[in-house]
Amino acid sequence: MVDMVVMVMVSASALMLGVAAVLTVVRMSRGPSSLDRVVAADVLIAVVIAALALEAILNDHSTTLPVMLVLSLLGFAGAVSIARFVADRDKATRWDVESQQPPPGAVERRPDAGERR
Amino acid sequence: MSAVLDVLGALFVLLGAFLCLAAAVGLARFPDVLSRMHAATKPQTLGLILVATGVELSLRSWAAFGTVVLIAGLQLTTAPVAAHLVSRTVYRSNQVRRDLLDRDDLAEDLAEAGFTLGPAPEEGSEGPADRR
Repeated sequence: MVDMVVMVMVSASALMLGVAAVLTVVRMSRGPSSLDRVVAADVLIAVVIAALALEAILNDHSTTLPVMLVLSLLGFAGAVSIARFVADRDKATRWDVESQQPPPGAVERRPDAGERR
Repeated sequence: MSAVLDVLGALFVLLGAFLCLAAAVGLARFPDVLSRMHAATKPQTLGLILVATGVELSLRSWAAFGTVVLIAGLQLTTAPVAAHLVSRTVYRSNQVRRDLLDRDDLAEDLAEAGFTLGPAPEEGSEGPADRR
């Protein structure tokens, strides 16, 4: 009886994680910007960690726990490095090359402003 | 007792999986990066803590407890840092949908610090990042 209840719960979790992974991959492929993809990759890592945990409680072993640990750190390193990379690259795209003007809505420094506090 | 703990552990993992699904739906449906991040942070902290609690409740060993605490603790400290960096890059590369904002506190602080804000992009456009 208990085994069956646990089995039903684990199956429902696996189904939800599968749908979540598909939706996340859809967002990853559609973008539109690379930051959308970073956020989607973070969610995908969370989904994979949850799936590994599911496998651990299904088969009652702890071999996947170190993998979960490494994955959670990997997600952090990936997000930080891609965010920094995009920040460096977007400095060039923040200003329109031909007209030498910032795009509409851009944050622009006033020439008469003093030093930043 | 162990049967109750098994069911409880599976229930916690089920809740964590539900949060993952909710985040994925939000990720697919929300209109811009900041609102997608709002959805995406749910399984990263609360969802992962629920999943970790569920694993510990069904494994019931001290070795698993150590690893699980390490996972939850590291995620709790690193997820805000990563989210902060990503949202900062989003704001600086002008990918915020300003027509969706009620209030932009950062713009006011920037103005105070000597920066000006250009006119808002026209309705429907997602800013210059769309072009690439």
